[in-house]
Amino acid sequence: MTADCRITVGFLPLLDSALLVAAREKGFAEAEGVDLVLVRENSWASVRDRLAVGHFAAAHMLAPMPIAFNLGLAPLAMPTIAPMALGLGGNAVTVSVPVWAAMLEAGASADLDPTTNGAALRQVIASRAAERLRLAVVHPHSGHNYELRYWLAASGINPERDVDIMILPPPLMPDALAAGQIDGYCAGEPWNSASVFRGTGRLVTTKSKIWRSSPEKVLGVSAEWADANPEALGRLLRALYRAAQWCGDAANHAELAATLARPGYVDCEAEWLMPALSGQLLGADGGQIAVDDFFVPLARAATFPWRSHALWFYSQMARWGQIEASDANERIARETYRPDLYRAALGPLGVALPGANAKVEGSLTAPTPVGSAGASLVLGPDGFFDGKVFDPDQVARYLRLS
Amino acid sequence: MSRPALRILIIDENRIRAAVIEEGLREAGHGEVAIIHDIAGIARRIADIEPDVIVIDLENPNRDMLESMFQLTRAVKRPIAMFVDRSDSASIEAAVDAGVSAYIVDGLRKDRVKPIVEMAISRFNAFSRMARELEDARTELENRKLVERARGILMKSRGMSEDEAYALLRKTAMNQNRKIAEIAQSLITAAGLLEPGDDL
Repeated sequence: MTADCRITVGFLPLLDSALLVAAREKGFAEAEGVDLVLVRENSWASVRDRLAVGHFAAAHMLAPMPIAFNLGLAPLAMPTIAPMALGLGGNAVTVSVPVWAAMLEAGASADLDPTTNGAALRQVIASRAAERLRLAVVHPHSGHNYELRYWLAASGINPERDVDIMILPPPLMPDALAAGQIDGYCAGEPWNSASVFRGTGRLVTTKSKIWRSSPEKVLGVSAEWADANPEALGRLLRALYRAAQWCGDAANHAELAATLARPGYVDCEAEWLMPALSGQLLGADGGQIAVDDFFVPLARAATFPWRSHALWFYSQMARWGQIEASDANERIARETYRPDLYRAALGPLGVALPGANAKVEGSLTAPTPVGSAGASLVLGPDGFFDGKVFDPDQVARYLRLS
Repeated sequence: MSRPALRILIIDENRIRAAVIEEGLREAGHGEVAIIHDIAGIARRIADIEPDVIVIDLENPNRDMLESMFQLTRAVKRPIAMFVDRSDSASIEAAVDAGVSAYIVDGLRKDRVKPIVEMAISRFNAFSRMARELEDARTELENRKLVERARGILMKSRGMSEDEAYALLRKTAMNQNRKIAEIAQSLITAAGLLEPGDDL
C-alpha cells in the first residue's frame, strides 16, 4: 500500500516516544498507508501551540495534558482527545548523591521500595533545618507531578510546605542535578539513568512502584482533526499498536535503543536507554535492580486509554488545587480519553481488548486473566503503593478521603 | 495623551535575533526593552524588570517552566498570561509559524500589545529569512569547493582539461538525476579510498 495520507505528529525527546518512532522507522505506519512525519519539540508548550494552529494532527503528550486542555487549564489549547496510551510506566524519581547518602543513613533501601524510601526521605527532610529540598518535575499537568506529590504525601511529606517543586525540561534535569540547582527530580527516561551513568544521581523509586500499570504518555489528538479524519486516525492507531508489539519484544530492544538514540530522536547514548527497556535499572553501587514492569509498551493492555486513568489524573488536579471538583469537570476528564475510538480502530486486528472502559485502580494485586474481546488478556497488577484504592465511580469520595 | 511606556522583555538564547527584535521595537518607539539570554536566575530578573510584555522564542526549552512561573504570583508580582486573542486566529497562526510566543501582564489592553507582537513576528520572520539565505550561501560555497576538488582529481587522473572534467561531472549528475555536488563528493570519497594510504 502506498502512503496516501500524511500525518504530522509532535514529540519530545523521551524514551516513551518509542511507539511513534518505531511506527515510522519500522514501517508500521507505511504499511497502513500513513506517511508519518515526526517533529521533535523542546517543550510541551510548543507541542500545545503547534497542535492548536494545526501544524500537528496529534502529539506525544503527558497523559494528563489533554485533560488539562479540555478543562481550560492551558492557554491556547484546543479540544484534544486521547484515543490511545503510549505505554505504561517509564518514570523514576532521582536524587543527588548527597541526598541519597543521607537517605541511606535514614534507612533507605537499594530496591527502590517507595514505602521504605519515602520514610527515609521524610527523615532527611525533617533533619534539615531551614533549607527546603528542591525537587523538579517536567510540567504541572504531568504524571510526574501527581505521582511525586502522591508519593511524598503518602510518606508524610507535605509537597506544598516541606519541599519546593519546580518545573524543568527533562533533558536539562541531569545537568541541574549535577550543578546542585536541584536536589532531585521525577522525570521520564532516559533522564534518570543519565544521572546514574554520570555518577551524579541515584534512583529512589519508580512510577511503576508508586502506581503500578499506570500510563505516562498518551497520543493526544486534535478533536477537530479526529472528527474530520476518522479513517486516518484508525490507521495511525493500528500502526502504533503494531509498533507497540514490536517494542514489547525483548529481541528488538537493542535495535530500538539504537534507533531512539539517533540525533533526530532522543539524541543520547544508546546505553542510557537500555535500563528502561530491559527493566534492569542501575543501582547505586554499579549493580542492577530488576524492575520488570518499569516500562511496558504492550502487555497489560498498555495502550488502552482507561477512563479510570483519566479520572485519577483529574482527581489529582482537584487535590492540588489546579481545578475545582465538579460533576461537569469530572465528565470532561472522563470523556477526554476515548476507548471507543481505540476499540473501533483495533477491533479488526483481533487483538485483546478489555471488556470495560474503566477499572478500579488497585483491585488487581497480581496478574489476572480477564474477559476480553479477541485474544486472551492479562491485566495488572495495578494500584497504589500505599494500598489505597481508586474507584472511578467514587471520585468525590476519594477526594474527601485523600 | 501620554501613557506610561510599556516595559518589554525579550527572552532569546540567540543574541543576534534578540538584537534584531530589540532594534525593531526601539524604532517603533518602545524605549524600555530588556533582553535576557540566559535562563539562570530568570525569576529574579523578571521580578526586577517587571515587564508588561514578554516576547520569547517558541522553541525555548524553558517555556513550560516559565509558564508555570508566570501563574505563581509568588514568583512574579503580577500574574502573566499568554497573549491569545481568540477572535484573531490568523495572528496566533502567524506567531506560531514565525516561532514567537508572547505573554502579557493581566489586564493589559490587547490593542496596546498587538503591534508589539506583530513587530516581533515580522522580525522573527526576517531573521529566519536571513539565516536561511546565509545557510544557502554557505552550502553554495561548499558545493563549489567540492566541484573544484573533483575536477582537479579528474584532470590529474584522466588527463582531462578543466572544461572536459566539468562536462563529465555534469553529464554524470544528469544521467543519475543527482546534484553535481553529490557526484563530486562521491568521486572525492572514491579517490580517497583508491589512494595508496597508510591504513594497510
